[in-house]
Amino acid sequence: MNLHVAPQSSTPFESGPAVVVSNLVRSYGSRVVIEKLNLRIGRGEFVALLGESGCGKTTLLRALAGLDPIQGGRIVAPRRPAVVFQEHRLLPWDSLWRNVSLGLQAPAARERAAEALTEVGLGDRLDDWPRNLSGGQAQRVALARALVQQPELLLLDEPFAALDALTRIRMHELVRELVANHQPGVLLVTHDVDEAIALADRILVMRHGAIAYEHRALRDGSTPISRAELLGELGVISRSPN
Amino acid sequence: MVRTAFKLAAGGSLLNDLGVSLLRAAAGFAIGAAVGATLGVLVGFSRVAEAAIDRSVQMIRAIPFLAALPLVIVWLGVGEAEKIFLVALGVTFPIYINTVLGIRQVDPKLLELGRVQGLSSLQLIRRIILPGAMPSILTGVRYALATAWLALVVAETIGAQSGIGFLAMDAREFLRTDVIVLTIVIYALIGVAADAIARFLERRLLAWHPNYGAPR
Ligand SMILES: Nc1ncnc2c1ncn2[C@@H]1O[C@H](COP(=O)(O)OP(=O)(O)O)[C@@H](O)[C@H]1O
Ligand SMILES: [Mg+2]
Repeated sequence: MNLHVAPQSSTPFESGPAVVVSNLVRSYGSRVVIEKLNLRIGRGEFVALLGESGCGKTTLLRALAGLDPIQGGRIVAPRRPAVVFQEHRLLPWDSLWRNVSLGLQAPAARERAAEALTEVGLGDRLDDWPRNLSGGQAQRVALARALVQQPELLLLDEPFAALDALTRIRMHELVRELVANHQPGVLLVTHDVDEAIALADRILVMRHGAIAYEHRALRDGSTPISRAELLGELGVISRSPN
Repeated sequence: MVRTAFKLAAGGSLLNDLGVSLLRAAAGFAIGAAVGATLGVLVGFSRVAEAAIDRSVQMIRAIPFLAALPLVIVWLGVGEAEKIFLVALGVTFPIYINTVLGIRQVDPKLLELGRVQGLSSLQLIRRIILPGAMPSILTGVRYALATAWLALVVAETIGAQSGIGFLAMDAREFLRTDVIVLTIVIYALIGVAADAIARFLERRLLAWHPNYGAPR
């Protein structure tokens, strides 16, 4: 049973959410990983999803991407969300611009790819091979490949986890810029509390197959979140003394 | 020996025989490669085809293909068809096996990425599966070139009326050691040329690959 539903094409751009998940159930055989999960991400909204390793973050993201079947509930998502994985997944046999334009239906694919690569600071490497890139550069190309499709929903599964701390901070700035320019709804899966605080409009913590905690409005600093509180929610430090 | 070569070349018979041999090799190679690649693609993609084809192919493969020569002669007689068939037989298996292997080895994560990017099945094959399988397929081509050559030598040694092998056998009758050595040298040169072709293909088609391509 595949409950992936395409959005109404008549939906105006500003209004309407980028994705709505209701009572989602996802199991591997008899092992239920996601149970009655509800989630709604607006257009242009940046949501970070935290949760301890193995709690089902990737499973949720794959379901949203339409990569796996679901066993219950409903997902209303754009026909083709863009995904950036932890590994860059560049095709080693294609030049950078061919990688970025993979699956792009539009004419002038090379020009569109060139623009996207320029946006991530690699506009002078169109014809280079992926093997000549550093980890951070490769991940930037993966971001360009995702954004060139003009997605309404951008799914990021720990895309910076393998990068060194300095590169990661640069990537944060880049992502913030790109999202501001393109305004997709974003779900960023991460295990990095500081990354979530730095980037998200809203932070979710996943536990026992559902959203267990939510914190809203951060980027303007209006409702600062306590790092300790988040770490408590993640079960890293004890929530209250005694 | 060089003088022998010139004399034979001047008479036109050397070039003629060389042409005949090359033509046989090319025809056999083309047929064998087409059959091997087709079967390989079928089995690589479809479990049904694998169940139907793979076991029988693996069984036939266990026979050294030269052992089939007497049978081939009974079926096709001693002529062009028999020689081309033997070459094709030797070429089919390395191409088949390496095509299947190459398709199986394509990174499933890249296939998944193709789906995420919205590629059709045909685009998936053209953009991801074929290039991913290409290193293995070219390894098959390299092996196939070697077996094609071996098959041709054997086939031409048995009852040929033309070709390099015939030249050698003919020379044996008249104890012309120089001509025999010449034919061996020619076989060697063509082997080297075949290897150069394989290398060229690898450099062109695997330019992206750190182990094959020229750096750029
Ligand atoms: N293909 C699979 N088959 C069976 N179990 C799986 C599969 N993928 C993930 N799981 C299980 O589902 C749970 C959630 O995994 P995952 O979503 O990858 O966690 P996270 O991304 O939060 O670290 C884990 O316990 C994992 O063992
Ligand atoms: Mg994960």
